[in-house]
Amino acid sequence: MSQYVLRRLLIAIPSLLGISLVLFVVLALAPGDPFSELATNPNVPPEVALALRAKFGLDDPIYLRYLHWLNAMLHGDWGFSFVSRMNVDTLILQRLPTTLYVIGSAQILALLIAIPVGVYAATKPYSLFDQVANTLAFVGFSLPTFFTGILFILIFSVTLDWLPFVYTTDIKGTGIHWVLEMIRQAIMPVAVLGLFQAASMTRFVRSAMLDVIRLDYVTTARAKGIGQRRVIIKHVMRNAMIPVVTLIALQIPAVFGGAIVTEQIFRIPGIGSLLISSILSNDTPVVMAVTFVFACLVVLFNLIADVLYGWLDPRISLR
Amino acid sequence: MGCGIWFCPTDSQKTVCIHTVAVDAHPIRCAIYRQPIPVVASRDRLHPYGNQTGTTMLDKELRSMIGDVKDGRMDRRGFIQRLAAVGLTAPLANQILALGGVAMAEGASTYKPSKRGGGGALKLLWWQGPTLLNPHFATGTKDQDGARLFYEPLACWDPDGNMKLVLAAEIPSIQNGGLAADGKSVTWKLKPGVKWHDGTPFTADDVVFNWEYAKDPATSALTIATLRDITVEKVDDLTVRILFNKPTPFWADAFVGAPNTIIPKHLFKDYMGSKSREAPTNLSPVGTGPYKFVEFKPGDLVRGVINPDYHMANRPYFDSIEMKGGGDAVSAARAVIQTGEYDFGWNIQVEDDVLLRLEKGGKGKTVYAVGGDTEFIALNFTDPNTEVDGERSSMKTKHPLFSDPAVRKALSLLIDRESVKKAIYGRAGRTTANFLNGPEKFVSKNTSWEFSVEKASKILDDAGWKPGADGIREKDGKKLKLVYQTSINGPRQKTQAIVKQACQKAGIDVELKSVVASVFFSSDVGNPDTYSKFYADMEMFQIPLSQPDPSQHMRRYLSNLVATKENKWQGTNFPRWVNKEYDATIQAADGEMDPVKRAALYIKANDLMYQDIVFIPVQHRLKVEAAANNLRPVVSGWANETDNLFDWYREE
Repeated sequence: MSQYVLRRLLIAIPSLLGISLVLFVVLALAPGDPFSELATNPNVPPEVALALRAKFGLDDPIYLRYLHWLNAMLHGDWGFSFVSRMNVDTLILQRLPTTLYVIGSAQILALLIAIPVGVYAATKPYSLFDQVANTLAFVGFSLPTFFTGILFILIFSVTLDWLPFVYTTDIKGTGIHWVLEMIRQAIMPVAVLGLFQAASMTRFVRSAMLDVIRLDYVTTARAKGIGQRRVIIKHVMRNAMIPVVTLIALQIPAVFGGAIVTEQIFRIPGIGSLLISSILSNDTPVVMAVTFVFACLVVLFNLIADVLYGWLDPRISLR
Repeated sequence: MGCGIWFCPTDSQKTVCIHTVAVDAHPIRCAIYRQPIPVVASRDRLHPYGNQTGTTMLDKELRSMIGDVKDGRMDRRGFIQRLAAVGLTAPLANQILALGGVAMAEGASTYKPSKRGGGGALKLLWWQGPTLLNPHFATGTKDQDGARLFYEPLACWDPDGNMKLVLAAEIPSIQNGGLAADGKSVTWKLKPGVKWHDGTPFTADDVVFNWEYAKDPATSALTIATLRDITVEKVDDLTVRILFNKPTPFWADAFVGAPNTIIPKHLFKDYMGSKSREAPTNLSPVGTGPYKFVEFKPGDLVRGVINPDYHMANRPYFDSIEMKGGGDAVSAARAVIQTGEYDFGWNIQVEDDVLLRLEKGGKGKTVYAVGGDTEFIALNFTDPNTEVDGERSSMKTKHPLFSDPAVRKALSLLIDRESVKKAIYGRAGRTTANFLNGPEKFVSKNTSWEFSVEKASKILDDAGWKPGADGIREKDGKKLKLVYQTSINGPRQKTQAIVKQACQKAGIDVELKSVVASVFFSSDVGNPDTYSKFYADMEMFQIPLSQPDPSQHMRRYLSNLVATKENKWQGTNFPRWVNKEYDATIQAADGEMDPVKRAALYIKANDLMYQDIVFIPVQHRLKVEAAANNLRPVVSGWANETDNLFDWYREE
């Protein structure tokens, strides 16, 4: 097992290198300039902007810039933001907790909805409950988060005036008041992200359950007189969850991606909004670092999914 | 004195004339009045320099009035009121007095609270949050805005463009010895007793240090542009002198306004040059401002609390301040105007009908500040479609269509500025015929604009551009087909559509092109779509006028500054317009210490552009902000939004 993990980690190195190379080249070829704002400022002569470009190495050939970046990365230096003039890792670490809080809560919400609904719908296929759940799931994953986000704002902030739509990191107050405020401002973004996730997960749980529920061993278990509840939980769910767990693990990087839009709408200072503002201001070191973090997450969660798979289903051996 | 409203006699040929009244048998000049300007002057009546006499009259009159103020025969207020009658605003009247030898008045304050603090929290929403807090590294106004919460300049600009003292004790003038008569130096007296937030006293050493810090290229400060050509010396602990290497009529640039705030020597002196990026105080400013630094998250949040030792009486009003970043302008407008979650929203560039709808909610309103920002269409004087030595829009070519002045003239008649204002900018725009729209003193009254498809068609017909089989005009095998580019931005694309439609009616085919802003405005030499390469026939954008003076703005279009491959397109004259008379005018203005003559020179420069149709002004744009109904923000069109923050308060 540990040998397997080690081998997978070693294989991950060339693939991460490849990813970083592609990312770097694409970003370097992309048009734009971190100092574009200076161009229309009559107070700043163009040669000042040109000197800055040279100073930050933007005029070097691409391969040199890549090697510099790689070398620094190997030494644990994530780079230096042109726009904020501070280290990229500080910038990312500063925003990580918020992203984890929002995405984590959304993921938990999604699971809390998807598993019970999916399982119940599968036990009574084509019943009224199943039909309603299916329809809602379709609606849920057909509506993009930027649409539901704005819809929520219009309903809950503008019309009803219940919830704030600007996320603040520094809530005043302490103790229970702070916790309540923290929850209150997270309700809308978490609901938007969570419901979107829940919709597709419900469909997946339901179909995984249906696949298993028809199998012979389930009929056998029932024939032995085991109660419905026990059959479902102990025999069906355990087996149906194997693909679901893989799916969830593989989806986590995608959730980070989906959160980008939500973070922008609700002004959540997370990694996603950092990525967007950095792309808009052409702050390549930050874009590079954030996308590279996402790439690492994909590789890592792939590995976790594979390991979990083996653990959940002993028939699969990892060698 | 019984002055009343007067106009020049209608038979008078002068644009400006003087009305005198006799008081105690002494004739007293009451005011200068000008003729009502015709809204639309016909083409043949337009003589851009036809009113030289008018200008000299004004000149002479001003001079004697300045003398009156100096001798105490006329009070300052009277002077300003009289100038207002000829369309000169108070700030300029003040600058005129200052350079004419009378001390510049300080901008009046509207601040009411009678004690410090007690105003609760002030919540600002900047939809692009500051990404750094060292003013010397600020790439955009958002960074200057954030740094300005904590750092202060010697003086700043109020809504009328008047100078307001911040760290300086008095406004330099010729009387108090602050201003050299030859315009080659200015001496600032600093306010005594000012302390940095850590308790260290603020002195002349700090000011001198800022100059040394920024002028070192290794520091890579952006303020190098303002500071490299001057010398700053300490006279005593509370006096600094700035020396210029040539007469500088606009002396209030270095250390004035939000872009030029002062950082403390004792915290930055070890981080000069290439070590500048390591300074811990880059991210946690210690300034002299009304608020003390608490927290900073780049792009997201800046937070501060009241500075109980602030050097201005009864200020600031608010106990804490928060500047939140991120999102977009529309939702920022919503959070301030509609739901009232925030007190103030920055740069609300949102279509006017959306704002009007939000304002019905009633928690906030929009606030406008007049500056000198002009949205314009620039015409290319070179050929963007012919390549010479690997360079398009080369100076060796001439534009095949625009080299015919009739085409340029026709185009200027096809920009429906009134519709653009009505449909797009609304309260945030004013129609204009001028490229230079402020300060008021520099605005030409000799120009006019008109929208007329018929006249445009007639001009083109007369010049031999006849409609072809496809309805597009042509002459000598050249078709009137134009590429019109701008950056991606809602109002700009709508303006493009309005212009295209009018051009079509006149038989001109316009192809619209929109470029992402970060590319359009970039200095990336490798990209063909930048505004400075100008590989199109016409392009539209605006260049902000960041201080109440046009000198830097107008100097961009000198003939020797054309953008070419040779200078890596860093030349600022992107229309590649060459006019010897313009060059001479700008050079004369650069060294002209007489404020009246100087203003006349800039008006002439504007009129030369108008005559040659280098730019077709689309709209004089105002700054738009959103504010809670009870907030009394002080926002100047000549300064950053936070420049007058010490005067903000809330009406109870």
